[in-house]
Amino acid sequence: MDKNISFTLKVWRQRGPKAKGAFETYQMKDIPGDTSFLEMLDILNEQLVNENKEPVAFDHDCREGICGMCSLYVNGHPHGPATGATTCQLYMRRFKDGDTITVEPWRSAGFPVIRDLMVDRTAFDKIQQAGGYVSINTGGMPDANAIPIGKDVAEEAMDAAACIGCGACVAACKNGSAMLFVSAKVSQFALLPQGKVEAAKRVKAMVAKMDELGFGNCTNTRACEAECPKCVSISNIARLNREFIKAKLKD
Amino acid sequence: MWLTKSSVGRKVIMSVSGVALVLFLLFHMAMNLVAIFSTEGYNMICEFLGANWYALVGTAGLAALVVVHFVYAFVLTIQNRKARGSQRYAVAERPKGVSWASQNMLALGIIVVVGLGLHLFNFWANMQLPEVLHKLGMHVDSATMASVADGSGYIAKTFTCPVYAALYVIWLAALWFHLTHGFWSAMQTLGINNKVWFCRWKAIGNVIVTLIILGFLAVVVAGFFGLGALGA
Ligand code: HEM
Ligand code: SF4
Ligand code: FES
Repeated sequence: MDKNISFTLKVWRQRGPKAKGAFETYQMKDIPGDTSFLEMLDILNEQLVNENKEPVAFDHDCREGICGMCSLYVNGHPHGPATGATTCQLYMRRFKDGDTITVEPWRSAGFPVIRDLMVDRTAFDKIQQAGGYVSINTGGMPDANAIPIGKDVAEEAMDAAACIGCGACVAACKNGSAMLFVSAKVSQFALLPQGKVEAAKRVKAMVAKMDELGFGNCTNTRACEAECPKCVSISNIARLNREFIKAKLKD
Repeated sequence: MWLTKSSVGRKVIMSVSGVALVLFLLFHMAMNLVAIFSTEGYNMICEFLGANWYALVGTAGLAALVVVHFVYAFVLTIQNRKARGSQRYAVAERPKGVSWASQNMLALGIIVVVGLGLHLFNFWANMQLPEVLHKLGMHVDSATMASVADGSGYIAKTFTCPVYAALYVIWLAALWFHLTHGFWSAMQTLGINNKVWFCRWKAIGNVIVTLIILGFLAVVVAGFFGLGALGA
């Protein structure tokens, strides 16, 4: 059994996109170590509702690390101090009795705050809509299995496809760059025969959209891959650069 | 033009200009080592690289590279600060795997450019510049003209001064940090990288950059202590 802990919670509260936000401090008492971080926030919200106060708004959905909705910047790290895990997979046993835990929203011009800890990540949807798909007829599953693909290539494509679009890479980046996300979305197709057909068109469209939406220029600090809950590698960024430069030189 | 209009293109400009400058440094360092062994040899190189058309074209090319690299460093940094937004995190921790240099490239670059200014003042302003002015028909006093190719003399004169020696050491240290990140970062930007080559480029970069800096440092040290051909 995990021990119960008591701690101070500093949470960013902001009523709307234009409102000025500030930290509010809450005392949390006797929280069991096997409570997930989001469940702990549920407990806080229940207390707030009982006191007739506004609950804290935060994004969440699957609560099992696959949807990418949860997006909290906990104690200086997107998705908190754990590596290879989302906020919903973070447990209170990671913290110590008497700790102060600071919770902030993703901070990036590309992800404006909607309310409290919730940010608007539609920019990622727009980048995906610009070219993050295959529009040719690739047939059904048996057809896919008829094309031999090397194990290492398949694995690499699968690792890129593990990206859940959470935006932690942007949140971690001092340049507000979305390169890790875009490179994962470009790579998962560029590596496979069905995706190669439209690779040049895709990479140009997605980079153009990413730039248009105001994301920054990557300077390879590697903060993104260190904080990515799916451990997406910056080798994908090298592939994105390669695909983009190749496509532009061909034009 | 995609080189200036896209984020990846702007980074290509940064990396190509940076790598070209690294190649120049490699040459410059090798040339400087001669000064430790032979005054005549070194001054011959200096004469060779005086106000000749090829040396002047080279100098202009280098100046253009530095200006492009410098201007884009600021363009990128301003755009990136804007992309980051005005609201900063209250708690920020540098994650594992993120080097200090990678987050301070602009500051390191500014130290490098200030050092470059000092360097031009110490050497170029006494060597190539007066020769060019003289050729253009301007008056340059004969004592200056007599020593425009005395590179060894200027090295000895500059580095026996402890303040200059210390400033050059700081300059070289900043350059080392800038380039240990810059070298592999340039390969990554140009897309010639993957999981295997990541470690290789880092190792190759660290070796090349450390050799460059040690080579330059050797001349500063030899000048300061009057060793080899830089002795009295
Ligand atoms: C003039 C002063 C300089 C400034 C302000 C400056 C600044 C910068 C900045 C901000 C970056 C971007 C960070 C990054 O891309 O990782 C960078 C990259 C780089 N710099 Fe400099 N730098 C200067 C001088 C130099 C010099 C003299 C060299 C070479 C000897 C150099 C070599 C590089 C390289 C190789 C890169 C990596 C390019 C890339 O990542 O794509 N820099 N520099
Ligand atoms: S690359 Fe990683 S951090 Fe970025 S959106 Fe995808 S899963 Fe999240
Ligand atoms: S809530 Fe779905 S990944 Fe965390």
